[in-house]
Amino acid sequence: MQAIKTTGLTKRYKDITAVDNLDLEIREGELFALLGVNGAGKTTTIKILSCLTQPTSGDALVCGYSVTSEADRIKRLIGVSPQETAVACGLSVRENLELICGVHGFSKEKTESRIARIAERLDLLDVLNRRAGKLSGGWQRRVSIAMALISEPKVLFLDEPTLGVDVIARHDLWETIRALKGEVTIILTTHYMEEAEALSDRVGIMKNGKLLAVGTVDELKQGAGASDFEEAFISIVKESAV
Amino acid sequence: MRATTFAKRCAKEILRDPINLGFGLGFPLVLLLLLSAIQSNIPVSLFEIDTLTPGITVFGLSFMTLFSATLVAKDRESALLQRLYTTPLTGFDFIIGYMLPLLPIALGQTVICYLFAIPLGLTLSVNVIYAVIGMIPMAIFNIALGLLCGSILGVKQVGGICGALLTNLSAWLSGVWFDLKLVGGVFENIANALPFVHAVEMEKALFKGDFECAAEHILPIALYSTAITVIAVLCFLRQMKKQ
Repeated sequence: MQAIKTTGLTKRYKDITAVDNLDLEIREGELFALLGVNGAGKTTTIKILSCLTQPTSGDALVCGYSVTSEADRIKRLIGVSPQETAVACGLSVRENLELICGVHGFSKEKTESRIARIAERLDLLDVLNRRAGKLSGGWQRRVSIAMALISEPKVLFLDEPTLGVDVIARHDLWETIRALKGEVTIILTTHYMEEAEALSDRVGIMKNGKLLAVGTVDELKQGAGASDFEEAFISIVKESAV
Repeated sequence: MRATTFAKRCAKEILRDPINLGFGLGFPLVLLLLLSAIQSNIPVSLFEIDTLTPGITVFGLSFMTLFSATLVAKDRESALLQRLYTTPLTGFDFIIGYMLPLLPIALGQTVICYLFAIPLGLTLSVNVIYAVIGMIPMAIFNIALGLLCGSILGVKQVGGICGALLTNLSAWLSGVWFDLKLVGGVFENIANALPFVHAVEMEKALFKGDFECAAEHILPIALYSTAITVIAVLCFLRQMKKQ
């Protein structure tokens, strides 16, 4: 079953077409990476799918609901970790998690049990009572992902989840993301080839709002006649006419 | 439930900021102390504690505009608001969440001002309760003005416009520091067309128990509060849609 299906999805800002007639299907439980250079349309695609912005034309179904007419239903089923670290800095990690549980209407008991589970899973137990704003970038990213996960989403959007974190924190976050595979559909945008290669079931490569290629890492390498993924990516992007 | 969760978060963010607390609560108290000291050396009827305190409580409300605007602008500039827009929170939840926690903070600030003025010689009577309740419409005006500024301005602009310009303008145009009749002309007309002087006069009247005089000033305050609240809500919802 498809978790996401877009049909002719297009977003224009005045003269710029950020997403251009995108047709994409992502299966339930899949980890799908969207790759592309700056301005490729990855973040705009995520914004449309997470109901932050409306498409100019076309539509997308998330868990069977339309982003143009059923945003309220979709918002109950998704979790989003935006590109910038999105935590309430003046609140403790626990309070940040309680905030998200509260806005999803969880009971006190459910909130407590979800926090205990997520904190253990994402190794946040030691920082639960610390101010989120005082944590390092890597820890804040982890808290941001925990906030996206705590509502038990069916679809999780991770927009450049490891941007600006050190190599150790990145590998820790990869482990966290890898452990989620199969449980929840994940759409991840990244600039890092090795991240997409290490984590994703399939990869979509975008340029100028268009989807140039979709497939597994091996399929994309084979299609581009390249020996490594970075080479394949460069080849696909440079050789495209768009 | 969702709105109160968000309101609790906003209250925590405001109350945990020591600069907010220092300015919001401390500055009006320092002014009370300072102007009372001036009054004891050079008596001026405008600075008599029973006249001064209601005016200072109204002046203190301008900090609610700063708190509200700073919080909204900060949230807009961080990705937190973007995250929250992807949750089931509605526009109504956001507006209630931003405005609701500031109302008890505003009233708390007013109560503290009156309590602080007691040892300075304030005449204590039941009218203080009416004066505190009478602050609600003006508090809503200031909070809504903050929501409006936070919805259209950035954090730095909010600091300049709400922090410096608005607090000073509202003070000058309120008749707390000097009698507006002394300036007269266009300045007095502008002041009378705005809600600040009416709020001060209403507070003074309520404090004296002169309800007839207080009633004369309620209309402009109510009109401004309603209009600014409507404009603030529309601007917030517009920027929410633009996100």
